[in-house]
Amino acid sequence: MQEIAAIAAPIKIRSRRLEDRAGWLGTLFLLPAVVYILALVGVPFVIAIAFSVTDVTVGDTSLDFVGLDNFRRIMNVDTMPQFRRALQNSFLFTLVAQILILVGANILALILSQDFRGKWLARMLIMMPWATPASLGVIGWKWLLDSKFAPIDWVLVQLGLLGPDTLLGPGSHMNFLGREGLAMASVIMVQVWRLMPLAAVILLAGFSSIDQELLDQAEVDGASFWRIHFRIRLPLILPIMSIALLFSLISIFGDIVVVFGLTTGGPVYYTHVLPTWAYVLGIQAGALSQGAATALFLFPVLLAVAILVLRNARRTEVT
Amino acid sequence: MALRTRRIRKLFIYVPVAFFCFFSASPFIVMIINTFKQDADLYRPKNNPFIYNIPPTLEHLELLFLRTNYPLFLKNSLLVGVTVVIITLAISIPAAYSLARLTGRWGERSGILLFLVYLVPPTLLFIPLFRIVARLGLVNSVWSLVVVYPTISIPFSIWLLMGFFKSIPLDLEEAAMVDGYSRLAAFLKVVLPLTGPGIIAVVVVTFTLTLHEFIYALTFISDSTQRTISVGVPNELVLGDVFFWQSLLAAAVIVAVPVSVVYNLFLDRLVAGFTMGAVKG
Repeated sequence: MQEIAAIAAPIKIRSRRLEDRAGWLGTLFLLPAVVYILALVGVPFVIAIAFSVTDVTVGDTSLDFVGLDNFRRIMNVDTMPQFRRALQNSFLFTLVAQILILVGANILALILSQDFRGKWLARMLIMMPWATPASLGVIGWKWLLDSKFAPIDWVLVQLGLLGPDTLLGPGSHMNFLGREGLAMASVIMVQVWRLMPLAAVILLAGFSSIDQELLDQAEVDGASFWRIHFRIRLPLILPIMSIALLFSLISIFGDIVVVFGLTTGGPVYYTHVLPTWAYVLGIQAGALSQGAATALFLFPVLLAVAILVLRNARRTEVT
Repeated sequence: MALRTRRIRKLFIYVPVAFFCFFSASPFIVMIINTFKQDADLYRPKNNPFIYNIPPTLEHLELLFLRTNYPLFLKNSLLVGVTVVIITLAISIPAAYSLARLTGRWGERSGILLFLVYLVPPTLLFIPLFRIVARLGLVNSVWSLVVVYPTISIPFSIWLLMGFFKSIPLDLEEAAMVDGYSRLAAFLKVVLPLTGPGIIAVVVVTFTLTLHEFIYALTFISDSTQRTISVGVPNELVLGDVFFWQSLLAAAVIVAVPVSVVYNLFLDRLVAGFTMGAVKG
């Protein structure tokens, strides 16, 4: 609010002398960015929609209108069960990972808002997964979950949890990435691993912006820790929390690296998500139109998130 | 009594901290350990995977640097990163200043729009962009990435820099203009030098974004010698059908650790950039 006033007022004062030049300079300064974004985000977006209603392929690049044929074809469960599975997985992975991230990030942010020795080191270790290029971090997990040499298997065997006559079965390997349920769980876990740090640090910024006196007062009044947390802290940081939510939501839903690097969609096609399936159809199989149609299913969620952001922005503008 | 509650409190901090640290760091721990492991040690499932059962070796690092395209990946990543940083700075600094100071209410709205662009996932755009890149004749060239990556870095950089420009007192520019500077000169000679930390943050974020990016690099480039780290390492460090695990894990950790250390130094600045939209419109 203060800032809006700070921008508006001086412009009025100076308008007599600088109106023309400020406006001219403003447009000139902004133009390259607008042109760039329009050309390489706006145009491709329109092309994506155009592709989805034509029969374009890598080999035959002429655009012939085919209506909704592509959507019918990719959604046909008998010939292409992969799409429905990818759509389900995209929602399932995002939802489950998001819940785990929110819970974990809350705990992490609460801990990191305390003072303790070695805090900077802890923070750095915890942030590493997010700072690392995801495709490289996933390589580490691919080894940790390997079908023959997984260090996790070794630990489980040592703990007496895996092997003959044990809880997890007679084999000495979990084969994490080769079994449907475990492969799906692995993908979700790596998403949590990768994105929880970011959510935690955003929440931490929120927690530290709360007036300490308010919390002290509540404690003096006899409110328990959890009551303070759920009744005071969380409501106060709701706007910031929604930003954390938004970033991890978009990052998981639009992500291709984790599935691609960890399972390449397997076993069979059980861990495919929309982006990986769009890649397989559009680039590997060369059916650009069908790939574009598949990727467009990301759009409704994106739109919902965009509306959320705009409402958030408007609310803060009003207050 | 007080001592006891303090101890319990410490326990409540250190136990979860240890858990989270271990969870986060475990892939990196195995990467570092395995880099120096001999085959005979690594490929025996009975061996303790966390210690050296046979003396460690440097042969896998030699293989990585002398017999694979890894040095080329590093070179390509560096080239793409530096060029994209330059393009991003050249376009986003003036745009951010314009939105913060020159365009008023209209600028606020455009700022929000740019923020929305940042939320469009590349996985929605890679197929049409593949066609555009083909039309430009840039398929299989690192320059395709140089052209496309600024679409990711510019929106965020503008958003970050806007905050910086807004935090600089207007009086400074006004004083400069009273002294006879033009608006442009006041921006270049007074405002810009004060934006140093913001520009450094943009450089770091942009460079790491180019290192992180995966789907464009995977789609546009299939020639191994033109690939960057993020795609080259997981896709090409397999000679024949054999995974050279130690070299692969080494290739990952050599990039991962320095990048995350530098990234961490700028973490607070970054989070401020992320949350700005929530705290103020």
